[in-house]
Amino acid sequence: MPDFKLPSLGEDIQEADVLKLLVSEGDTVTVDQPLMEIETEKATLDVPAEAAGTISKIHVAEGDTITVGQLIITIESGDSAAQQAPSAEPAEQAAAPAPAEPTPAPTEEPKPAEQPEAETQPSSEPEPEVEAPPETPSSAPAQPAQAPSAPAPQPAARPAAEQTAATAAPGDQPAFASPSVRKFAREVGVDIDTVQGSGPGGRISEDDVKLASRNRPAPAAAAPAASAEAPAAPMAGALGTLAAEFRELPDFSQWGPVSREKLSRLRRTVARNMSQSWTEIPHVHLQHHADITAMEDLRQQFKERAREAGGNLTISVMMLKVVASALRAHPKVNSSYDVAAQELILKDYVHIGVAVDTDRGLVVPKIEDVDEKNIIELSIELNEIAERARTNSLTVEEMRGSTFTVTNLGSLGTGYFGPIINWPEVAVLGLGRAQRQAVWNAEKNAFEPRLIMPMSLGHDHRVIDGADGARFMTWIVEAIKNPMLMALEG
Amino acid sequence: MTNEASPPRIAVLGAGTGGYPAAFFAAERGFDVTLIDEREAPGGVCLWEGCIPSKALLHAAQVLTDAREAAHIGLNFGEPEVDLDRLREWKDREVVRKMTSGLGQLARGRKVRTVRGRGRFTGRDNLRVAVDGEVTDVGFDYAIIATGSRPTIPPPLRLESDRVWDSTAALELREVPATLLVVGGGYIGLEMATLYAALGSQVTVVEMTSSLLPGGDPDLVKVLAESVAERTHEVLLETRVTEMRESGDGPNGGVEVDLLGNDLDESRTYARVLIATGRRPNSEELGLETVGVQVNDKGFIVVDHQRRTAEPSIFAVGDVAGEPMLAHKATHEARVAVEVIAGEPVAWEPAAIPAVVYTDPEVAWTGLTETEARRRSIEVETARFPWNASGRATTFANPRGVTKLVIEPGTQRILGVGIAGRGAGELIGEATLAVEMGARLDDLRLTIHAHPTLSETLMEAAETFFGTSPHYMSRRR
Repeated sequence: MPDFKLPSLGEDIQEADVLKLLVSEGDTVTVDQPLMEIETEKATLDVPAEAAGTISKIHVAEGDTITVGQLIITIESGDSAAQQAPSAEPAEQAAAPAPAEPTPAPTEEPKPAEQPEAETQPSSEPEPEVEAPPETPSSAPAQPAQAPSAPAPQPAARPAAEQTAATAAPGDQPAFASPSVRKFAREVGVDIDTVQGSGPGGRISEDDVKLASRNRPAPAAAAPAASAEAPAAPMAGALGTLAAEFRELPDFSQWGPVSREKLSRLRRTVARNMSQSWTEIPHVHLQHHADITAMEDLRQQFKERAREAGGNLTISVMMLKVVASALRAHPKVNSSYDVAAQELILKDYVHIGVAVDTDRGLVVPKIEDVDEKNIIELSIELNEIAERARTNSLTVEEMRGSTFTVTNLGSLGTGYFGPIINWPEVAVLGLGRAQRQAVWNAEKNAFEPRLIMPMSLGHDHRVIDGADGARFMTWIVEAIKNPMLMALEG
Repeated sequence: MTNEASPPRIAVLGAGTGGYPAAFFAAERGFDVTLIDEREAPGGVCLWEGCIPSKALLHAAQVLTDAREAAHIGLNFGEPEVDLDRLREWKDREVVRKMTSGLGQLARGRKVRTVRGRGRFTGRDNLRVAVDGEVTDVGFDYAIIATGSRPTIPPPLRLESDRVWDSTAALELREVPATLLVVGGGYIGLEMATLYAALGSQVTVVEMTSSLLPGGDPDLVKVLAESVAERTHEVLLETRVTEMRESGDGPNGGVEVDLLGNDLDESRTYARVLIATGRRPNSEELGLETVGVQVNDKGFIVVDHQRRTAEPSIFAVGDVAGEPMLAHKATHEARVAVEVIAGEPVAWEPAAIPAVVYTDPEVAWTGLTETEARRRSIEVETARFPWNASGRATTFANPRGVTKLVIEPGTQRILGVGIAGRGAGELIGEATLAVEMGARLDDLRLTIHAHPTLSETLMEAAETFFGTSPHYMSRRR
């Protein structure tokens, strides 16, 4: 196709930033060759060429924010003629599954291999279940100029205005929005009539539709919000929160030279989610220290065995196992708070999110069913997942659905700190740097060098009282000292 | 589907302003398209015997009228001579043929298969087309019905006679009758009255309701009514034709018409009678019942907001799918239907469909009219700018006109616009964009309009709402 538009990036993702152009005008490209690197809210990805040919025009520049469906590159077709919708030989058109009977269900068309779909959905994907109401064909805008291969007539978002050809049903004004905005609303599955306009006189802008799309209330079926939430907070109401916090900045250049740097999408997402978690959740922070001398001895003893199995036995890995047992013994800490229903959602599974520092920023992939895996298995899995976090190849699924988060700043020398809860979880454990300290041994009547690790628990006081938090922490401390506790109670 | 690899087939029934755009849109999206129509080339009623030829002739009428009325600003051309044969030839060859054959080329260029004949559904995947006694079957995965409408004549006015015309006959321009009775004061009747009055006929208009352009806003209709009254012999409102019969023969042959009004009950004779009482959708004899497509009591095919009929693979657009019966509405519906078939989440939801009456002066409106607002009990405010305050209108010999905005209180959003006056049909374009974009009064009045132009009247009308028009005193709000 000569004009190449930004394909659908996933359910609710409408924008991305152009990080890097990988081709120049005049270049010859092959199918699937990466054209540019873009960054969505939490993932960085390549946009592959859907057709081979020569690039005649690049319509975007590095640093641009682009939207789904926006024209990004014009490729003069080489052998891509068959993909051009008009007048190309129909016989050669890609997939044309027979629409024997037209079903109103959106037929997801199998796209050529590199279609970003799953891979590109950013981990921060706010409310996954909510984002794709059945009537919204998220696939539709993805194939703008392609030949219709599997036509699947979709009902549009707006309700039928009876069978009238008139412009509007009696008593009903057309939406206060331009045709392009109304079209956009249908594409993202928002009923324009429910959108609050922020423009003069209440006119609805594209941004209003985006906001409405993000704030869409969860359908009843999605109530067990905890099950598959993104590790980072959802955007629900987040823009509102930000707007409330927005204050005009002074002109800093009056005091000295300044420069400005655009926030990456990941950075913006983290900012939004953290401010939401911090403002919504009344945090309690508890500090405690654990004597991990014995644990470290075990680690030294078995790390070779882990390495042979392909793992990396670290204190973090061993702590995962301890925390999983502690969560089993304290189910309230492994829960989510459903404010709307005034209920606690207790989870009968333990998926622990692990905060990973990458050069792009913080990401939190999860390890599933930690309580059911042995430490060697965990050491392998954590190794893999951290590596993929650093190479930016995590999938959205891997970053959703954790029930508790562990963050370890020890490698950076940190001691105690106050971690922020990863909504919709209710608690987070921060690990600091373990240090040898002189500890008084009453039995031996002597000081002994012990390896002491600072731990910081952040928990949601709405559902966990300070005493509950303290019991959780103490349980962990004891379990580290006495692994049998895990077998007994964990 | 015959072949897994071939694109879905769309059959479009009717090649008017709904059908041919549907076929072209579909072809551009790579569908396998067949366009079925009786005529030798696409265009339908609009191009062959409707909008296009009538506008060509109305242009001629305008020139005639302007030449005559120029006398009053000191330009005397004398009484124009009308070469009817040349005028007809120009209309047929240089306007209609040129455009329809152009469409034929565009169809071929887009690889749209054309089948000439009348189509009829024989199943949910097949149309049988009768072509000169032969039968061709056109298989489809999707069908778009765009069969349009035709003039309808109420029973008392049905008289088999070449002295009684419908709009199609009137546009053939066979002759200029000495006297012409136009039955129906709607837009078609008034356009034909304008044409034949300019050509020299003594025209009488009879309308059953109390107003010309029934349903139009009275302040707009008034502008036109004044002009019609000046140029025609007579306008009979609230009057009906109860019976008609031929009378006389040869050059004196005419039609005797029984007229019944509030204080009128008599027979009068006119050389020719034009019946312009409305149109009805062409929904019969299509085999719709065999495919489950439903038709309402007025003959319109019932469609949903995506122009889909009761049978999900069959769509209907244009006149056959409901009011308003306007070419541009059909074309936009065609776009919707094709996009729906292509799987896009679109809907038929225009905020404004412009309507233009090509009389002299023209009357045009878009979006919500004042009359419609009243009927639906929608609270609106209006702002009017009379054209005698317009510099540009005054430079015409005939500055008659008004521009009116229909406004939503509070938001000051423009919901509709009505314009009467020369060039109203062109001015309504900006107005329609304003309504569709959700423009507010400020958007209109803060947009610089060239001076002196008629488009300024839109800006000035917005100003009058605030009492800030420099050229027209109005109450300040």
